[in-house]
Amino acid sequence: MASVHGALLDLKRLDRLAGGDTVLHRLDPRTKVLATLIFILCVVSFGRYELSALVPFLIYPAVLIAIGRLPAGYLASRVLLVFPFVVAVGIFNPFLDREVLFRLGGIGVTGGWISFASIMLRTALTVAAALILTALTGFVPICRALVGLGMPKVFAMQLLFLYRYLFVLADEGGRAARAREMRSFGGRGRGLASYAPLLGHLLLRTWQRAERTHMAMLARGYNGMLPAAESRRPGLSDFLFVLFWGGLLITLRLCNLPRLIGALVTGTLS
Amino acid sequence: MHMADALLSPSVGGAMWAVSAGAIAWGSARLGRESDDRIAPLMGVLGGFLFAAQMINFSIPGTGSSGHLTGGLLLAILLGPSAAFLTVASVLVVQALFFADGGLLALGCNIFNLGVIPAFIIYPLLYRRLIGTAPGPRREAAVTLFAALCAMQLGALCVVLETALSGVSELPLAKFLALMLPIHLAIGAVEGAVTLAVVSFLRKARPELLARKAHAEAAPSLKPFLAAALVCALLVAGGISRFASDKPDGLEWSVAGAAGTAAPVAQHGVTAYLHALQGRLAWFAEYRMPAGEGVAAQQAGPGAAGVVGTLITLFIVVAVAALLRRAKRGGAAPEA
Repeated sequence: MASVHGALLDLKRLDRLAGGDTVLHRLDPRTKVLATLIFILCVVSFGRYELSALVPFLIYPAVLIAIGRLPAGYLASRVLLVFPFVVAVGIFNPFLDREVLFRLGGIGVTGGWISFASIMLRTALTVAAALILTALTGFVPICRALVGLGMPKVFAMQLLFLYRYLFVLADEGGRAARAREMRSFGGRGRGLASYAPLLGHLLLRTWQRAERTHMAMLARGYNGMLPAAESRRPGLSDFLFVLFWGGLLITLRLCNLPRLIGALVTGTLS
Repeated sequence: MHMADALLSPSVGGAMWAVSAGAIAWGSARLGRESDDRIAPLMGVLGGFLFAAQMINFSIPGTGSSGHLTGGLLLAILLGPSAAFLTVASVLVVQALFFADGGLLALGCNIFNLGVIPAFIIYPLLYRRLIGTAPGPRREAAVTLFAALCAMQLGALCVVLETALSGVSELPLAKFLALMLPIHLAIGAVEGAVTLAVVSFLRKARPELLARKAHAEAAPSLKPFLAAALVCALLVAGGISRFASDKPDGLEWSVAGAAGTAAPVAQHGVTAYLHALQGRLAWFAEYRMPAGEGVAAQQAGPGAAGVVGTLITLFIVVAVAALLRRAKRGGAAPEA
């Protein structure tokens, strides 16, 4: 399936971005996880008709992308990939909620459209925040950060193993799919009858690979746990980062900045 | 059926996070007690297998569409519930971080819907109980299909409930159910057929893999599950009651709790000053909406002032980003 294949290539690209060397890349992973969680909680805690108050939150992805020197267009395209499902659920709002909230020019803006736009903006914000976290931190440091924040070690190890074998196996799956594609004419031989053995063989090979891996690890002194990484104490920049974003985001959550600015401008113009 | 952050409220997302985190802790503890340390690499590689399996589709006869394996039930049959759950959960974490499939807040919901339900509810309570010790092929087929169907239906039901409780989408519960359940009936049938086909293939090719599993884990006891279900129920009930009360949301609710007032309006300091300023500006009052007094109207804010302010804020954000970007370009050589 081409889209999954493309997504996998994308995954590698996202992971390579984490190899960057900016102030943000050097921060402690825990601080970045914490800031991301604060951001997402603030964004989703708004009422469903809030639209204007969400706009200032764009500052978070915008600043991180700029300082972290991430490719904005690429991240935007990744965000767009997520939209279809949200649109499918959210598109009902404009049709179900037709109460006109205010008029702009001659057009009445209904609550449904406002809440639909709000859902779209939330999606963009939360998805961008998650992708930026990954692009600035990398998967392995995020796992370590999560262990630091209380995730069980067994699960962390599972994540690290998965991450190591993900690419190998996805390549293998992609190859198998392509090989079958090339041997099937007009869609013949693509039913369940060939699918199950194909998947079964892939599973068997996976299983054997796991057994080989395990023996190789035992030979190298594996005792059931991966060696713990050196734990760095969070520095001043980490505290400042969390303090700055935590303060700013919570302030933006509590007072509606665009409404204030708008009121100021329209007020002074009068 | 991955849920997205944007459709969730913090109370529902937080409650499901707590439930899923508890399930991960419980599953990890149960797995940690097992002496077989081969299970760790096996789980990791099988997680990779789930990704690989999703790259291969098969065409469903007569419909022209295609399907692929989701894998929760298959892994539970092969590895036992705890290992299967942790594997599925880890796949969901990777999807949330790299594909932004679902989201970070929705991760709790997704782990529950796709992991806890097949591994900790359907497998021990339905599959293990119905399959017996030495099932014939017909019985195995029927039970596997039925279990996969139930897992999908229950998962879809939870997606609908979590979305409805969050209250961001307008979709009425009944309509959403009428949309989701039939679709997932079909998806569940596909999942069941694939699970059955792969299990019977493995039974022919390497029967010892399935036998190993049967020895490794005896039928799980019901008690810890019931305790977990009780905790789930309490947490979700907490989420519901918070949703049902007229205080809008988690954060506001907790702010109100901390401040001791119902409305999070500060009586002093900067916020109070800004509120006063807001009140004094003349034009502001003129832009009240015709629709009037509803909660909706109050939240949307006065039309023109809101629109102007939003545009200005947007402009500020873009300007800040552009400035930062330019400063960086000037400062250091751009990366490849």
